[in-house]
Amino acid sequence: MVVQALKDQGVDTVFGYPGGAVLPIYDEVFQQNEIRHILVRHEQGAVHAAEGYARSTGKPGVVLVTSGPGATNAVTGLTDALMDSIPIVVLTGQVPTFMIGSDAFQEADTVGITRPCTKMNWLVKDTKDLSSVIHEGFHVATQGRPGPVLIDIPKDVQFASAEYTPPAKADLGHYQPRVKGDMETITELVEAIETAERPVFYTGGGVINSGPAASQLLRELVEATGIPITSTLMGLGAYPASGKHWLGMLGMHGLYEANLAMHGCDLMINVGARFDDRITGRLDAFSPHSRKAHIDIDPSSINKVIRVDMPIIGDVGHVLEDILKVWKSRGRKVNREGLQKWWAQIEDWKAVNCLSFKNDGPGIKPQYALERLEALTKGYDRYICTEVGQHQMWAAQYLGFEDPNRWMTSGGLGTMGYGFPASIGVQIAHPKSLVINVAGEASWLMNMQEMGTAVQYMAPVKQFILNNERLGMVRQWQELLHGERYSHSWSEALPDFVKLAEAFGAKGFQVSDPDKLDDAIMEMIEYDGPVIFDCLVEKHENCFPMIPSGEPHNKMLLGEASTKDAIGAKGAVMV
Amino acid sequence: MSALKIKKGSTKHSAYNLRPNFSDVQERHTLALIVDNEPGVLARVIGLFSGRGYNIESLTVAEVDHTGHLSRITVVTTGTPQVIEQIKAQLGRIVPVHEVHDLTVEGPSVERELALIKVAGKGDDRVEALRLADVFRAHVVDSTLESFVFQITGAPDKIDAFAELMRPLGLIEVARTGVAAISRGVH
Repeated sequence: MVVQALKDQGVDTVFGYPGGAVLPIYDEVFQQNEIRHILVRHEQGAVHAAEGYARSTGKPGVVLVTSGPGATNAVTGLTDALMDSIPIVVLTGQVPTFMIGSDAFQEADTVGITRPCTKMNWLVKDTKDLSSVIHEGFHVATQGRPGPVLIDIPKDVQFASAEYTPPAKADLGHYQPRVKGDMETITELVEAIETAERPVFYTGGGVINSGPAASQLLRELVEATGIPITSTLMGLGAYPASGKHWLGMLGMHGLYEANLAMHGCDLMINVGARFDDRITGRLDAFSPHSRKAHIDIDPSSINKVIRVDMPIIGDVGHVLEDILKVWKSRGRKVNREGLQKWWAQIEDWKAVNCLSFKNDGPGIKPQYALERLEALTKGYDRYICTEVGQHQMWAAQYLGFEDPNRWMTSGGLGTMGYGFPASIGVQIAHPKSLVINVAGEASWLMNMQEMGTAVQYMAPVKQFILNNERLGMVRQWQELLHGERYSHSWSEALPDFVKLAEAFGAKGFQVSDPDKLDDAIMEMIEYDGPVIFDCLVEKHENCFPMIPSGEPHNKMLLGEASTKDAIGAKGAVMV
Repeated sequence: MSALKIKKGSTKHSAYNLRPNFSDVQERHTLALIVDNEPGVLARVIGLFSGRGYNIESLTVAEVDHTGHLSRITVVTTGTPQVIEQIKAQLGRIVPVHEVHDLTVEGPSVERELALIKVAGKGDDRVEALRLADVFRAHVVDSTLESFVFQITGAPDKIDAFAELMRPLGLIEVARTGVAAISRGVH
């Protein structure tokens, strides 16, 4: 019945790990060929792989794990998916209903444990409800602001038989979030667009979640109005990095021009982003002179941290369509003179060239490695995942994303160990594409067991490890904020990554010479199979630009290269 | 001072604790929720309050529509206006929550609570307790030669006042239901 329900929901892939309490479902899985089951090596890997699958396809990811430890191992992935609004359906086995509460073997209060880290969860106590609940689960996971759901199925409920409810007849509950925005506020926003002197689009993951149509509409609106656009980490790719109105990513490690545009704008149009603390910096000095519009499908995002003047609750795609319609019908007006001056100002900021770095020294700079990776893989049908840390920020800064759903990273929760399993999920969904996980050696080791999965399924994922033998971001904060006391922020006893790859039956490379980097990257791309690429980089490189904690956007620190003279004199605090 | 000479003061706090200058006046609001009568729904509501650091002053819950499987939860909470708005929005996005009403701002409403109050005493105290109970329209629902159990209904402050008066007269125990509230008028 479970497999039938999944088939009817259009599921083609399930990531999972068997165990005692899900054996009846695994027996069903065994006796069919329509749904492909990917055996991971750890349940956390299953959820991240499903996230990668979901984020790169726009379809919900599905996970099947057992009770107790199977379920608790999934918790990190569930929380990650909740923070980043990724639609995931997790099916967990549970001890039989008559044993619940008896501290049975591999029993855990799964719905209790996962309640705060799911959008919704269910314990199904009667087989006749099972198929209907699964359909409702898919509905809840994908509608409104997407998120993870969990369905806990006791073993006796799996064994018992009951009449199957097809999706069309399932009771989906009352959950029907509104998708159309309020027309009055939309008109107000259009008026503001027409007159604003210094407008900026600030877009987020909501544009990606809304679907490819939303990205298209966004592009149309930006091109037609000529308004500059910046994006959060989660929103990269909605507007192409090669687009002429693109300012680059904003936030704590965002670009100089993007953050100063946010600080100095007079109209901020937030499209599907949530004023995260990594974006806003110091709240009382956040974009002090702007009117703010906020388009979000989740009413609780509105006025949560930043008070906005024009709240529009609705799906980004629908709202953008209405904005375009109203703006066109009112004569496609913008404040040309104001915009011209605004762009001149932005060009000045761009001229600072905040991503420049000193490519000196004999070793490979991490920024250089990513520049080369970008240059050599640009033309490919490419998907990028990352782990969490400095490499993640550098990847966001130095790689260009032309399309939505091509960038998988753990933004809200910041889960080290996300990228590798996510890259496997992406590769399973797109077997012919080039899937690269930009990683740090420390993050990567957190879920390295998934090498087994990659090799078993011949998923040719490229693990591009920027190995500085440090927890780079932790080290950077210790340098800047904790008096250079590097408490436990180095990676001791690292494995030989080349031998590690070989031990799993994959291919390993190690590069430390900048002159050999290009050839090695090309070899990595051309190798048909999983690759661990151990790129030994400069150990003490810091990630810039950076807005220090507790500072507003206009107090960015720029990199050593462009602040060389300032250091020692007035400090590197750039205004 | 670090190598990069970040200004003092910018380094000692994290970005998390910098709140904007919203109003810090604490308000008390009574919220009424209509929710699916299913296991775990109350846990989700309570978990939201504890997980996000909101206050619960009083909470009542009971099924109100048997055929529709709907329960009504009445929550009395305190917070700044911005926090109250957040609480309502967060409650509204819980999947099995159908409706969220802020009775404090949606127009006049009636709030009532029931309490059972045990008083033990002899002589004049006992007579005085009974006399005050009469003034407060409390009923005696149990009595022994040395004790009464009063049942009193009313707004929470009326019950506070009655319990306070009983204290010197031999107050033993108080059981309160928490507030049930409903809007006045047709809607």
